[in-house]
Amino acid sequence: MTDKATMLEQVDVQGAVALLKQQFPDAVKDDSRQGYSGVIVNKDSLVEVATYMRDQLGFDYLSSATPVDYHGIEDSMEMVYHAYRTTGGSALVFKAQTDRNAAEIPSLVEVWPGADFQEREAWDLYGIKFPGHPNLKRILLWEGFHGHPMRKDWHEAYYEEDHKPFESRWPEGWVRRAEEMNVYGKNVNYPADLDLSKLSDVSEETLYNDLGLGTSVQHLGSDDQLKTDRLVVNMGPHHPSTHGVFRMIVTLDGETIESLEPVMGYLHRNHEKIGERNTFLHNMPFTDRLDYISSMSNNLGYALAVEQLLAKGARYSPPTYRAEVIRVLMVELTRIVNHYWAIGFLLNDLGAFFTPALYAIAEREKILDFFEATAGSRMMCNYMRFGGVFKDLPERIRSVAVKVNDMVRDYNTMDYLTELINERIPRSIDELDTFLTDSEIIKSRTIGVGYLPPDMAIAYSAAGPLLRASGVPYDVRRAEPYSIYPELDFDVAVRYNGDIYDRYIIRLDEMRESVRILKQLLPRLEKTHGQEIFAGNKQHTPRVPVGESYGRVENPKGELGYYVVSAGDEKGPQNPWRYHVRAPSYINLTALGPMCVGHKVADVVAILGSIDIVLGETDR
Amino acid sequence: MAQLDLRELNNTEFPIPDEMQGNVAITSLSKLYNWTRRSSMWPLLFGLACCAIEMIATAASRYDLSRFGMEVMRASPRQSDLMIVSGTVTKKMVVPIVRLYNQMPEPKYVLAMGACASGGGPFKEGYNVVSGIDMYVPVDVYVPGCPPTPQALLYGLIALQKKIDGQSLANMDDVPWYGVGPSEPTPVPILGPDIIDPRQMDLIRRQAELAAKGLPYGVRELPPLKPVSTPVLSKVTPKAAAPAAAAEADDPAKAERQRKRDEALARKRAGEGAAAVAEAAPAAPASGEKKKFDKAAMLEQIRQRKASKG
Repeated sequence: MTDKATMLEQVDVQGAVALLKQQFPDAVKDDSRQGYSGVIVNKDSLVEVATYMRDQLGFDYLSSATPVDYHGIEDSMEMVYHAYRTTGGSALVFKAQTDRNAAEIPSLVEVWPGADFQEREAWDLYGIKFPGHPNLKRILLWEGFHGHPMRKDWHEAYYEEDHKPFESRWPEGWVRRAEEMNVYGKNVNYPADLDLSKLSDVSEETLYNDLGLGTSVQHLGSDDQLKTDRLVVNMGPHHPSTHGVFRMIVTLDGETIESLEPVMGYLHRNHEKIGERNTFLHNMPFTDRLDYISSMSNNLGYALAVEQLLAKGARYSPPTYRAEVIRVLMVELTRIVNHYWAIGFLLNDLGAFFTPALYAIAEREKILDFFEATAGSRMMCNYMRFGGVFKDLPERIRSVAVKVNDMVRDYNTMDYLTELINERIPRSIDELDTFLTDSEIIKSRTIGVGYLPPDMAIAYSAAGPLLRASGVPYDVRRAEPYSIYPELDFDVAVRYNGDIYDRYIIRLDEMRESVRILKQLLPRLEKTHGQEIFAGNKQHTPRVPVGESYGRVENPKGELGYYVVSAGDEKGPQNPWRYHVRAPSYINLTALGPMCVGHKVADVVAILGSIDIVLGETDR
Repeated sequence: MAQLDLRELNNTEFPIPDEMQGNVAITSLSKLYNWTRRSSMWPLLFGLACCAIEMIATAASRYDLSRFGMEVMRASPRQSDLMIVSGTVTKKMVVPIVRLYNQMPEPKYVLAMGACASGGGPFKEGYNVVSGIDMYVPVDVYVPGCPPTPQALLYGLIALQKKIDGQSLANMDDVPWYGVGPSEPTPVPILGPDIIDPRQMDLIRRQAELAAKGLPYGVRELPPLKPVSTPVLSKVTPKAAAPAAAAEADDPAKAERQRKRDEALARKRAGEGAAAVAEAAPAAPASGEKKKFDKAAMLEQIRQRKASKG
């Protein structure tokens, strides 16, 4: 690498934008819309500009690529890209615009392979074509679905109005069941040109044909000593080891994997379409249901994204110090909860059926008790708000005895937390470590299996433990700090072998680092006891200033980002124009296929378990 | 599992001698069937979404599903008796779910866990979401919650056991699997332009014909929401008074109670706001007149209520 290139990699984002404009004067211009940042790149030279960004300016990590439909405002669609440096710093945001009627944007898969699934999603939901994409077909819906549902002019069967609260519910107060209004009594809607004579379920057939596979067994390897067959194995969506309703189509040569194709969308519950109709605050409980094991962290990411927008307005006051302390407390406890679950079920996938998981779940329950006492729900906490949290910590954690196997609980909250953080959790982490880390079976099943080299991990936009176990010390809490993380003392856990074993070890490391953070939070909680948890006015439907924002947090599973656009109303809309979730589970799966090739079929579930996916977030 | 106690099974009036107690049971075939069935309910190992996490927590050590003979979760539908639909059912997923249901041997039961499986839940309006699994397969027990706590799921499972206890060999409407021959499988939905339920094929064909002719299709005529007649208070009051008068003739004590109730009701109505009561009958369910929403009045009421509380 030349000295000049090294120098270029050190300029900040403004400098990088200036360099881009200097290098490509015709293709790159500033995004001058109110509240927007970054540059607009002419789509014809998009690949060229992106390559320059990656190779010369050092933006090697494409975090998010997502479309926005500006139907009714500008009559165009655009792809928004957020590129980062794995050495840290803020994003270089760039966009490519296209006509709505013949939407076409060159594919960036060649530059950043991590764009693969995100571009397929853009085709599926928005109908944008990506010339140059090797495998452009629907990903969340099935082949043959009518239309591209995320377009603003596409309406579903139960469509009532563009924005909530609906006129019918407020102020009149009556509700009619949506089924009554549909002639089929169901959530279905058929196009006018429905031809019943040609009706057949082609989704399965297309799936296999597109892979270049028949369903027949093919004889292989007549030269070799061992004769093998090529066969196709379908795993899922109903399979105990796919962590939900995930599906994989595996091509095998004998027992060795030749290729693996993930098929998803079995839990695609239209999070983003519903999110565009909701008010900003309505979306908070929906974020709980993304990564349903770590709802508190999901809340924080969304709160940060909307707070960035709110901060541009006049009537906004940032969260108080106590609110920030409570937020970090919740988020770090969530990380521990998630890693308990991940380790327990990784061992399940390795064949240690349920015993390690039972130990992990038992510890998880202790933290859930605290969540339930604070937020009112074990799993779907719905706890964060824009500018604070929903409620202060309770004085006591209490329950009454119920019939079903429950004891009376009554603890002082701080005592409970202190015991949990100083004794219980460290003890149980050590317990897992003692019994699992040196196990002969685990070592022989995991060491060297599912190797992901660091450059590939970056290229595939992998995030979280998956990226850090491959030797890339990239953690959003350090790379672009938020909340009170700058003042906390912790290390970014990193391991260098990039196999399943390291992904397991790094989760133990991260839990220990979380405990270290939590220990620093306890005195802060004591010190801020009784202080305000909410600085500004509590607004139910805040008017959010127009503009865009990208809030990202280090979720237990990786980098969780929310891209929120507020547009369409000069006074500041009450509903997001675009609400996109950059889901770590979804993008981490891009690397699943390449990681599995060459291993045995039994390793697939272990490799999948080591990525730690949650389908609520993968399919949204 | 608890020790086998034959006394649980005794179901007839035939007395069993004391020395035979616990060794012999005289019972009906229905009861024996139900008892065995409810005590070894094997669920399908099958999770859809968030609720599956609570289902796993229910099976884990703290809530311990095995106390009910249900810990044996089978990954194959061929070996299971109960399908716990734990999460949002999407159009893409309902096809495998119906297929799994068809593959389960009879007798089989379905428990809809959570708001989504029961009726679509928070995601109901989504274009890829089915408004409840009961649109496609029959459901025995619904467990509300989002997600239901493990206690709620256990309660639902106990409710299912009670339901099984009440089933009878003699009643084939209640338990279809005692009929002659195997029962019909549920038709598997087709993924066309949208999901197609084969049972609705006629309706879809008629609508498609309308569409082909260029007529409006997929439209449903609905009765207006506002009720046509609005009975006024003066007409209702005499009706309410009449039974009181009749009761007075039969039983003076009852008439006294009725009178007190009427008085209390009148006081309550007077307190709610005299103006509104004079015009309409707010408490009578027969009168459907919708009260016009008045935000200012509501806020005023709330303020008064707060002030009176001190």
